[in-house]
Amino acid sequence: MNGRVRRRVLVPGEARHRWRRAASSLLRHLLAWGLGLLWVVPFAGVAMSALRPSRELLHGWWRLEPLTLSSENLARALDHPTAAMAQGLVNSLRVAIPGTLLPLLLGSLAAYGLLRSRSRARRPLMMGVVLLLAVPQQMVAVPLFRLMRDAGLVNSHAGLVLAHTAWALPWMILFFRNYFATLPREVEEAALLDGAGRWQTYLRVILPMSLPAVASAAALQSTWVWNDFFLALVLVYRPDLLLATQRIPLLRGQYQVDWGLLSSAALLVMAVPVLVFALLQRYYVRGLVGWTLK
Amino acid sequence: MRPLPGRPRRSRRRDPLWLAAPALVLILALVVVPAAETLWLAFVDAGGRWAGLAHFQAVLQDPETLAPGRFPGSPPPWGSLVHNLVWVALHLPLTTGLGLALALLLQEVRGGSLLRSFVFLGMVTPLVVGGVLIRFLFDENAGVIPALFRNLGVESLARTWTAYPQLALPALILGSVWLWAGFAMVLYSAGLASIPRAYYEAALVDGAGWWSRFRHITWPSLRPVTAVVVAMTVLWELKIFDLVYTATQGGPGGASMVLALQMYFYGFRSLDPHRAAAVATLLTLCTLLIGLWFVRTAEGGERG
Repeated sequence: MNGRVRRRVLVPGEARHRWRRAASSLLRHLLAWGLGLLWVVPFAGVAMSALRPSRELLHGWWRLEPLTLSSENLARALDHPTAAMAQGLVNSLRVAIPGTLLPLLLGSLAAYGLLRSRSRARRPLMMGVVLLLAVPQQMVAVPLFRLMRDAGLVNSHAGLVLAHTAWALPWMILFFRNYFATLPREVEEAALLDGAGRWQTYLRVILPMSLPAVASAAALQSTWVWNDFFLALVLVYRPDLLLATQRIPLLRGQYQVDWGLLSSAALLVMAVPVLVFALLQRYYVRGLVGWTLK
Repeated sequence: MRPLPGRPRRSRRRDPLWLAAPALVLILALVVVPAAETLWLAFVDAGGRWAGLAHFQAVLQDPETLAPGRFPGSPPPWGSLVHNLVWVALHLPLTTGLGLALALLLQEVRGGSLLRSFVFLGMVTPLVVGGVLIRFLFDENAGVIPALFRNLGVESLARTWTAYPQLALPALILGSVWLWAGFAMVLYSAGLASIPRAYYEAALVDGAGWWSRFRHITWPSLRPVTAVVVAMTVLWELKIFDLVYTATQGGPGGASMVLALQMYFYGFRSLDPHRAAAVATLLTLCTLLIGLWFVRTAEGGERG
């Protein structure tokens, strides 16, 4: 807008002005694309090492001559004798799916209860929940391991799901509380006046109005559970139960690193969160921004 | 408004706090109680007798935590506590600055959202894989960075960074900058989008240049975003674990040891729950301070 005004006034300088703008725009694009492409170089390296036969990688993955695609490395990683990635991926799914759904349900329910409660316990409870966000997992590791061991839940995916659920609940409660606070209250009040209980109102009114928030929380939580390493390391150590992330360090040889194998495993483990991000990008980013900036 | 005849009104009277019960029980059982137990373990000895600050003293006198006299004159190991602080001191300004620069740069560029996804890829990647990527990136034979330095004739940097005490920690920190910058960028991008365009138009009419628009409009408007980015980034830096575990295991010779990893080694390798608890408590003390600072600034912002 302002450019147009100026152009009319400054007729003699117009050509120079436009040239300068074009040059600065070109510079911006070059810099932006250069940086963006630089950023994916390490990922390109992993993809190259995973998808090309090992003999082509001897002098660096960036030498593109010859370039043959091969699933040799991926196949080796999927059924590796000591740390088969195929089994790891299945195990990770078995933890990530319930580990997302359970905290989603319990967290949103709790958020609704806390938001509408008139109890005096409400404020201290919320404060406690917020402070728990800052506690590192190391603070619970040893007692959690003992507790789970005594309950027979060590080396069990169910135990890990419970740990993930408890760990996710504080941020889920905060996230859903902030979202629910923006919902109009009329529909909810009408439902309550019609005699629907709190639970029914939550299930039939609040939850259907909150699908974007549910999508955001699901996108974030499923990636975080899938990417988790520490809780799994503490609670699961039977070889056949190890999750995908836990198998990666096992594939690193003692003296010689087999980059083809390791890159394939890395690519397989990354594929799931990258896919979730690609599909739910809007919700993912909105969730991250909404959760932190609210 | 009047209640329908025959319908029970019980549900309206009962406080909806009960809906939070299952969640609160789980949090209590699996987070609060274990955390309290860790705190307890940090102050008692193996027989359950009060030990005061003995474990903290032992941990802080261990050169693995603090190696006074080595920092900053000699190469690492400087002790996990110092490593964590160095991590914060380098990683925080680098990721925050890069994130802001990228957000500004990608604002009006064709394909900006695709480039943003590229940068954000590091945030989506499991940190275990991040550790592998760092190893790979800095490997003497397979890595891009040593190859680059070899071509530049800098032989001292043309080797496997993670295998040398003076290079392991810098490699990890640089790698973590690359992985985490997307977080600051995404938050700053959202912050930039929320600044009213009218501010800039008014400034242009007044003839303000790029720098003065940045200083007087952009930066002050982004202050709440900066607070979030700083708080979350420091928390992330203090809790760093997976990355170090896969890339170096804290080595070589403890040159890249960090508090979270040290706690794991005490607790699950040398089976000393008391020292592990002392390290965890130290770590939590740091993160809680950041958390409290953030809650206070956030609340102040809301009221103001």
